Amino acid sequence: MLITKNITKKFPGVTALENVNLQIDAGRVTAIIGENGAGKSTLMKILSGVYTDYEGQIFFKDKPIRFNGTADAQDAGIAIIHQELNLIPYLSITENIFLGRELVNAFGLLDKKAMHAKATSLLQTLCVDVEPNTIVADLKVGQQQMVEIAKALLLDADLIIMDEPTSAITESEVATLFKVIEQLRTKNKAIVYISHKLNELFKIADNYIVLRDGKTIESGKMHAIGHDDLIQKMVGREIKPMQKDFTNNRTSVLLKLENICLKQRNKADKLHNISFEVKAGEIVGIFGLMGAGRTELLETIFGLHPRLCSGNIYINNKKITINKPIDAIEGGIALLPEDRKKDGLVLNMEVKKNISLPCLEEVEVMGLLNDKKETALAKKHIQQLGIKTPSENQVTKNLSGGNQQKIVLAKWLERDPKVLLLDEPTRGIDVNAKNEMYKLMQDLVSKGMGIIMVSSELTEILTVSNRILVMAEGRITAEINAADATEDNVLKAAISIN
Amino acid sequence: MKLAQYKNNFGKLQSLIALFILCIVFAVLSDKFFTVANGLNVMRQISVNICIAVGMTLVIITAGIDLSVGSVLALCGAVTAGLLKNGIALHSFNLFIGFTILGAILAGVIVGALLGFFNGLAITKFKVPPFVATLAMLTIARGLTMLYSNGFPISSFDASFTFIGGGWLLGLPVPVWIAALIVVAAIIVTKKIKLGRYIFAIGGNENAAKLSGININRVKIIVYTIAGALAAVGGIVVTARLDSAQPNAGTSYELDAIAAVVIGGTSLSGGRGSIWGTVLGALIIGVLNNGLVLLDVSPFWQQVVKGGVILLAVIIDKMNTKNE
Repeated sequence: MLITKNITKKFPGVTALENVNLQIDAGRVTAIIGENGAGKSTLMKILSGVYTDYEGQIFFKDKPIRFNGTADAQDAGIAIIHQELNLIPYLSITENIFLGRELVNAFGLLDKKAMHAKATSLLQTLCVDVEPNTIVADLKVGQQQMVEIAKALLLDADLIIMDEPTSAITESEVATLFKVIEQLRTKNKAIVYISHKLNELFKIADNYIVLRDGKTIESGKMHAIGHDDLIQKMVGREIKPMQKDFTNNRTSVLLKLENICLKQRNKADKLHNISFEVKAGEIVGIFGLMGAGRTELLETIFGLHPRLCSGNIYINNKKITINKPIDAIEGGIALLPEDRKKDGLVLNMEVKKNISLPCLEEVEVMGLLNDKKETALAKKHIQQLGIKTPSENQVTKNLSGGNQQKIVLAKWLERDPKVLLLDEPTRGIDVNAKNEMYKLMQDLVSKGMGIIMVSSELTEILTVSNRILVMAEGRITAEINAADATEDNVLKAAISIN
Repeated sequence: MKLAQYKNNFGKLQSLIALFILCIVFAVLSDKFFTVANGLNVMRQISVNICIAVGMTLVIITAGIDLSVGSVLALCGAVTAGLLKNGIALHSFNLFIGFTILGAILAGVIVGALLGFFNGLAITKFKVPPFVATLAMLTIARGLTMLYSNGFPISSFDASFTFIGGGWLLGLPVPVWIAALIVVAAIIVTKKIKLGRYIFAIGGNENAAKLSGININRVKIIVYTIAGALAAVGGIVVTARLDSAQPNAGTSYELDAIAAVVIGGTSLSGGRGSIWGTVLGALIIGVLNNGLVLLDVSPFWQQVVKGGVILLAVIIDKMNTKNE
C-alpha cells in the first residue's frame, strides 16, 4: 500500500529522520514503535502531508506521491488521528466530523439532516452514547478522542494512521476501538498504529517497524518477536534499571499539600482534595491519563489558578499563600511547564536572556543590566548543565528540544529552588538527552531538592521516581512505592475510576 | 559578528539605506531639499512624532497597541494651555489657583500619564483587548478635550512657553532636544534595565514571562502610562509651537506613530523591535513628507505614497524574518 524510500527530515539543530525505509501493507495493522523523539510523529506528519519539505520518496498504491498539504493527503486516501486532539471546541460533534467536508443540498445549503444521520451512525459504530449535536467542549477527553476517530472513518481512507489513539480512553473504549480496527482490516484497509503500550500492540498489530533516533532499525511480524526483544530494539540497549534509592528513610518534608481543590466554571471540579508530601531528596512521579488533572495540579501549586483553588500549601512546614507565580517562586518552587515552547521560553530571545529572565536582579549593577555579569551567569549554567549551544548569544529557537529543556531548568537553578515541578520533562527530546535529564534530576535531589515529575510515559515514571502517585479524573487513586510499582498496577490505578 | 545581532542590524541597515536613497532622490529633484535649514526643519517636524512613536514602540513590543495617543496629545495640550491661561477658578469658594509654566506642563504630563494608566488598567485588570481599550480612550479623550475647551482653541502665551515649541538651543530647535532626550532615555530603558527586558519577554512569550515570575500586569500598565505621558509631551510641544491648543490637534497622529514604529522594523506581534529603528522610521516619513511638499506633489498623492512605503517596509521585513 505504502512504501517510503530514504525519507530524511531535518530541523534546525536536529535530524529527525534519516533514510527511513518502510513498507505498509493493505489489510494489516502495522505498529510503529519507538521511544519519544525517535521520529514517529515526524514521519506521520510527512505521510499525512503536514510537513511538505523532506528528502526521499513516498510511493502510495505503487505511485510516487508528494503531498502539498493535509487536504492533498486526505484526497489521496490517507487519514490521520493525531495524538493531540484537533477538534474545534465550540462546534458540535457533527460539525467537527464534517469540518471541511460538509454535505450540501441542491441549493448549496448545508444538509444538516444528512450530516446528523451519518454522524449518528458513526458514533454508533464507535459505541459512543452521546447526541451528535453535543458541543465538543462538553465531552470527556476520551469521548473527544472517539470523535477524532469518527472523523477519520468518515473519510473512508485506505490508510489510517492512529497516533496514540488510546492515551486518553478507558478500557472499554479501547475494546470498541479494537473492534473497529478489526472491521477496517477485513475491508482491506491499511492501518498504522502508534502506541507506547506494548501490550496493546501485541493484541492488535500484525507487523511492526522499529524506529530509533530517526532511523528504521527493524521490521517484522509481530507474533515472531517477544516483548523484551522489542523493548531492546526500541532502546538500543538492554534497559538497566537506574540506580535508585528504594529506602524510605527521608524525613524532612519540603512541600506539603493539603486538600487542594480546583474548581472549573460550569464543569465538574478539576482537582478533588489532593493531599501529599514531597520530602527532600525525593522524586515523586505523578502518572495519569490525559485529562487526569496532572498539569492543573502543578499549575495550581505554582499559583496560576488563584481564584478557583482552595486548600493549603506548606513549604518547610510553613504555610504559604500562593496567588501568583512570583509567590511560588519566592517560596522556593520552580515549574518546568509541559510545553516548553509555548510556556517555558521566549524562543526569539538569546539563550542568556532566557536564563537570566527570572533572576535579572542578580545581573544588575546600580540598576542597570550588566552584560558581563549576565554572560558569566549564562556561561556558568551552560557549562554546568552541558547545554549544547554555539554561544550564549544564540537565539533559543535554534537549539534542539533537549537543550531547550535544559535552558528552562537553568532559568530556575540560579534561584536555588527547594521543590522543582517538572511537567513532562522529556517530551519530544531524544534518548540521550533524556538520560542526561534523568541524571540531572538525580543530582539535584541528591543535593536535597525535592522533585515532582508529571509524565505520561510509564517507563519514565517507573525508572525515575522514588514514589509514584497515580491520578485519575482529578483525584489521587494510588500511591505506590517505587519498589512495588509495576506497569500493571500503575496503569490500573490510572484507569480505575467510576 | 553573532548571527542574531547581524540580522538585527541588517534590518536597521535597510531602513538606513532607504533613508539615504530618499535623501539622494529629493536632493537631485529639488535644490531646496539638501540645505541645513531644511534639515533642521524636518527634524523639528518629526520631533513630535518621535515623542509619540517612542511610547508606541514600547507598547508594540509588548504586542499591544495604543490608538489613543493623538487624542491624549490634544487633551494634554489643552489642559496645559488652559491652566497657563486661566488657572483653576473655583467660583463657589472664591478661589483661584494660578499655574507657573512648569506647573502647567507637569499637570499636562500627569493627565497624559493618568489616561495611559487607565488604558493599562482596562487592558490588564479588565482584560479589554488593547485595540478596543485605546480606541475607546481615543474617543473619550477627544470628547474631554472638547468639553474642556468648549471646542475653541486656547491661544497666545508667554514667549517663555512658546520657546518650547519654537525656540533654539545650541543651534538646534528645542523640540529636537526634547525628542533626543526621550530617545536616549528610551534606549536605556529598552537595553539597560529590567523593565526593558520584561517588555521584550512579554511580547515574545507572555506565558513564559508570567511563569518566570514577571508581574505582567504591572509592566503593561507602566508601558501604557509611559505612552500616555509621552503623548502629553508631544501635546505640549505642539501647543507651544502653534502658540495655541487646538481641540482638533493630533488627529490621526497615532497612525503616523504606528507607521514609524513599523517601518523601523518593530514587529506588531511583539517581542522584536528597537527605538533606533523607530527613529529611522520617523525620519523616513518626515523626509518623505518634506520632499513631496518641496516637489509640489499633490497632498492626495502624498498620502498614497506614504501608505505604499509603509506596506513595502513591512513586506521587506516579513521576507527577512521568514527565512529564519
